[in-house]
Amino acid sequence: MPQVKFIEFNGTEHVVDASKGESIMVAATNNLVPGIDADCGGECSCATCHVLIDADWQARLGARSEQEESMLDLNPDRTDESRLSCQIPMTDELDGITVRLPEFQY
Amino acid sequence: MSGIVIIGAGQAAGQAAASLRQEGFEGTITILGDEDSAPYQRPPLSKQYLSGEVGVDRLLVRPEKFYVDKNIDLKTGTRVGSIAPSEKSVTTTGGDRFEYDKLLIATGSRPRILNITGSDLEGIHYLRTMGDVDGIRESMGSASRICIVGGGYIGLEVAAVARTSGLDVTVLEMEDRILQRVTTPEMSAYYHQLHAGRGVNIMTNTTVSGFQGNGSVSAVLCGDEIIEADLVIVGIGIIPNVELAETAGLKCENGIVVDDHCRSSDPDIYAAGDCTNHPNPLLNRRLRLESVPNAMEQARVASANMLGGDRVYAAIPWFWSDQYELKLQMVGFSSDGDSSVIRGDKSTNEFAVFYLNDGKVVAVDAVNSPREFMVCKQLYGKAVNAPDLANPEFELKSLLN
Ligand SMILES: Cc1cc2nc3c(=O)[nH]c(=O)nc-3n(C[C@H](O)[C@H](O)[C@H](O)COP(=O)(O)OP(=O)(O)OC[C@H]3O[C@@H](n4cnc5c(N)ncnc54)[C@H](O)[C@@H]3O)c2cc1C
Ligand code: FES
Repeated sequence: MPQVKFIEFNGTEHVVDASKGESIMVAATNNLVPGIDADCGGECSCATCHVLIDADWQARLGARSEQEESMLDLNPDRTDESRLSCQIPMTDELDGITVRLPEFQY
Repeated sequence: MSGIVIIGAGQAAGQAAASLRQEGFEGTITILGDEDSAPYQRPPLSKQYLSGEVGVDRLLVRPEKFYVDKNIDLKTGTRVGSIAPSEKSVTTTGGDRFEYDKLLIATGSRPRILNITGSDLEGIHYLRTMGDVDGIRESMGSASRICIVGGGYIGLEVAAVARTSGLDVTVLEMEDRILQRVTTPEMSAYYHQLHAGRGVNIMTNTTVSGFQGNGSVSAVLCGDEIIEADLVIVGIGIIPNVELAETAGLKCENGIVVDDHCRSSDPDIYAAGDCTNHPNPLLNRRLRLESVPNAMEQARVASANMLGGDRVYAAIPWFWSDQYELKLQMVGFSSDGDSSVIRGDKSTNEFAVFYLNDGKVVAVDAVNSPREFMVCKQLYGKAVNAPDLANPEFELKSLLN
């Protein structure tokens, strides 16, 4: 099972197992990782599953869809590292990915 | 310590159980739900689950294993028959009794039922549960003419799915426009045209008087008018499930009356989700909402407060609806506005209508316009220059912070 390392805004780390095919958002909520609200349940409708992923890992992810891009665009905590975690399915290649959580979800 | 009991196993219940554990609560959590499934999401029921794009596993809020791993006692197929606040216990219809230190009522709502001639014929469905949709999907396979009673968001989402899969679709609306209860005449007209353009037959000012059929429905009667249909979906609104609370003596009035901490008139009983009538300090009034974000946030607030916290519910309502390839995202209530301004062009199916009151942003209806939706969530209650919003060259970003 691929693993995801979540780092909360306050520095607390959570390393969790994810099933292949399930999203990073689901890996977080199934393991009670705080800081992801995921109000729309993964429909790319709410942007409350915002996470930060560094450039090295980003290179291994698919590009943002137009919907994801526009949902992130006006997020006050938006950086180049911003992603919506419900839009990233876990794969073996992503084993060990580090995902940082922003201070707030909007 | 007898722990926390949650009545209902829907969206609010699932979130509450997770939040309680997340907050570090180690006592007993018992969820008593009358459906056969672990908590699941309802929005896809009239969207991707109806169309077959997603299966049951995607509906579940969390996998069944989660409840086992987190030591949450999830009892499905279990209906609570009564609450005894003086004994701090609940009793199921099967006679099992559970004691609580704190109780969360998350019983949601149920569809309003049509009680007219022929309404018990086969082929007439409501849409609230996974079981309902499984029934509808089975019928949809062999149906050719579907009639949807009620032009609300759920009815229109079903219309979109049915039309896309090639069925003949009629929508009957009692009022003079679809979405009458929830949006402006302008947005109603837009959605009317959209559906009409895709071949949906929408009949407004039309009240259903009965159903015809031999065992199974074959036509819908609206006075003298006869509309042939071999599948009928009724979506004429919901009723909050308050009877348990009411019988237990809790204050109810268009929902279970709770304070801004999601606490009912009994200090040890909380309520969350569709079943509550709650104050919203940002809107300065009481509301009863039928929406997932509300159910989730109230569940978080109630959980924190059941554990002795002091968290206030103060969230701006928002909602979404998917029809065909259009995603509508709404913030606030358009009826709160005294003026509106449109950004974008309706004919491109990419536009947003902002609603202002006294120059302050109070709502948006954003069609395929996630940026406008996100901006409204953040600008809510702030004064803006209306012509700026209308100007497509104007950078929305400059309005933030
Ligand atoms: C088809 C459909 C589409 C929707 N689309 C959207 C959407 O796009 N966006 C959005 O925000 N919202 C949408 N909603 C609304 C949203 O699903 C609800 O607001 C949300 O489910 C409310 O959560 P809840 O926990 O309050 O109630 P529910 O999820 O309804 O859960 C309540 C549960 O309690 C059970 N229960 C009731 N009484 C008892 C009892 N006595 N004993 C035991 N169990 C009991 C019920 O059977 C039910 O399982 C949609 C709803 C439907 C039906
Ligand atoms: S969960 Fe809503 S956008 Fe990701």
